[in-house]
Amino acid sequence: MLLETLSNSSGPSGYEGEVRKIIKSEITNFVDDIVIDKMGNIIAHKKGKGKKVVIDAHIDEVGFIIIGYNDDGTLKFSALGGINSKVIPCKVILIGKNKIPGVIGLKPIHLQSPEERKNNISYENCCIDIGAKDKAEAKKYIKLGDYCVFDTKFNEFGTGLIKGKAFDDRMGCAVLIDVLKESYECDLYGVFNVQEEVGERGAYASAYNIQPDIGIAVEGTICADMPNIPDHLKATEIGKGPAISIMDKTSLFNKEIINEIIEVGHKKNIPYQFRRAIAGGNDAGAIHMSGQGAKVATISVPCRYIHSSVSVCSMDDYTNTVKLLKEYLHTI
Amino acid sequence: MNEELVLKELCTTDSPSGREDLIYNKIKELFNGLGEISINNMNNIYIHKKGKDKFKVMLMAHSDEVFLMVTDILSNGFLKFNAIGIDPKTLVSQEVIVHGRKEIPGVIGIKPPHLMKDEEKKQGIKAEQLLIDTGLDDENLKKQVKIGDYVTLSRQFYELLNNNVTCKAIDDRAGIAAMWSCANELKQAQHDADVYFVCSCQEEVGHRGAKMAAYDINPDIGIAIDVTFDSGEFGDKDRENKLGGGPSICVGPNVHCKLREKIIEIADKHNIPYQIEVEPGNTGTDAWDIQIAREGIATLLISIPIKYMHTTVEVVNVDDIRNTGLLIAELIKELSQDELEGLFCF
Repeated sequence: MLLETLSNSSGPSGYEGEVRKIIKSEITNFVDDIVIDKMGNIIAHKKGKGKKVVIDAHIDEVGFIIIGYNDDGTLKFSALGGINSKVIPCKVILIGKNKIPGVIGLKPIHLQSPEERKNNISYENCCIDIGAKDKAEAKKYIKLGDYCVFDTKFNEFGTGLIKGKAFDDRMGCAVLIDVLKESYECDLYGVFNVQEEVGERGAYASAYNIQPDIGIAVEGTICADMPNIPDHLKATEIGKGPAISIMDKTSLFNKEIINEIIEVGHKKNIPYQFRRAIAGGNDAGAIHMSGQGAKVATISVPCRYIHSSVSVCSMDDYTNTVKLLKEYLHTI
Repeated sequence: MNEELVLKELCTTDSPSGREDLIYNKIKELFNGLGEISINNMNNIYIHKKGKDKFKVMLMAHSDEVFLMVTDILSNGFLKFNAIGIDPKTLVSQEVIVHGRKEIPGVIGIKPPHLMKDEEKKQGIKAEQLLIDTGLDDENLKKQVKIGDYVTLSRQFYELLNNNVTCKAIDDRAGIAAMWSCANELKQAQHDADVYFVCSCQEEVGHRGAKMAAYDINPDIGIAIDVTFDSGEFGDKDRENKLGGGPSICVGPNVHCKLREKIIEIADKHNIPYQIEVEPGNTGTDAWDIQIAREGIATLLISIPIKYMHTTVEVVNVDDIRNTGLLIAELIKELSQDELEGLFCF
């Protein structure tokens, strides 16, 4: 399954090679032209008439980067992208191209002082342990700047759900790959951007090159539909269809496009929901300010626990996102 | 089979305190041919290897692991839980197995940071702020899961550098793997001692299995094998334990002096690496309860140093497991009734 391959592959910001390779070979037969630009973005073109439309997904995921060595052979590390420090303890991570396993440990509860028990975890107090004897041995196996990802295996989960890592934004990548397999009238660019998680770096470059009229970011987005969260704070809910954004930290989304997408949803009987949160930002923030400006929208698959080692989302939401996007593109 | 494979098999089998019957089949499979295997009412598992004489040596490592328990069933597939012996900070973004009518995979997530109040962001997470997500619809969840169901941590087994490995439940499957190693070493050996290998139940909730098994078997010598803290950055700096440094032989009132001197002598004689660990009082292990069973039992505590105890990423060195098994096997080979009388004479 493509989603599984994408979720299990490694590609933190700046080190997206493995994911890029998978996507490139997946789409080659369905597009007219593929360009990999200087940043490493994949720009796939399906030639058409009329409006220039960009559908965007980012291929990077949040991860870690090695920044130093401790005397005992453990490694200092920092986040690549935003990973809450509450998430980091007691995880297995894979380091670099050779995928050397390491663990992020924590002081046993028996040895923590009452103060330590209450305190938050910080990156400065954690390290990665690969089992090395000392600093010299650690240096032999791990280079400064080596990247790390969580080692989480994709699987089916619960009733019609799936779990895995990097759903932000391999969900978007999988949706976009599916979308590219059909033909449309508009001049369509499928853009798989790098480095979204460190500030939409890839999208600035690709959007400048394309200068689209319409840009749609496809995301795996925040979802807080736990029973202990009030309804209006849930942001999105699993199983209620693709989430359409109104506003986030980087964009005010185009009302006209939003309405057109909603209309398609109603006509074709595809469920949708609004993303009821303004937190976070995505590639649309870069796209809508490229050139003279583009009209942007964001459609997302709701994913619980994004930016952590394991996320959960619904297969129905995924297929409905593909459907909604395809149907919308047919109207342009 | 070797120690690492045995450990992998043991760690990836779930056995929370009180449900040690869940690991019985795995123990039977691994110890097949190494002794007569049985399980009692309380889930203490015995592997008995007969000796030429009547005196008894009991080895013990606990088969239970730390766990969570379901305390409430909420809507949308979510469960509330209690954590027993586990730091809630280590539970964020962990995968678990809910032992309901069948084994149900779960995920413990936290809410997105933008929904956390400043206070919550600054403080460590508490167990009551966490939920287990099963992804099941309400009807299925109610059918499959009840309040009081056990939940265990989920983790694959990984090899690290220098024969270090990581998994959950290395506390105390490393001890059982060491017993396997000892039993394997004794397989072809002729020894006087009647040997009982005990996988004890309910250690994590108060060393309860040890009390019952020690009473039941009534051994002349009891040897508890458990894990201990290393002395590293995340360990106990008041100890001298290092991973890969060999079994850590406990010194203190919980341990029989002459027997301890004997095992050190054997380690030196056979060139088996070892370390010394001092415990001035309660060792917090099965050894503490074995010692005062019936009229008192000469007790040893041999510990295997690990890192990150009671988490999903406990780290142990496989050589330490092998050397623990070897050391105890060499002791057993040398023991005789005469020797015992000398050891026990004050």
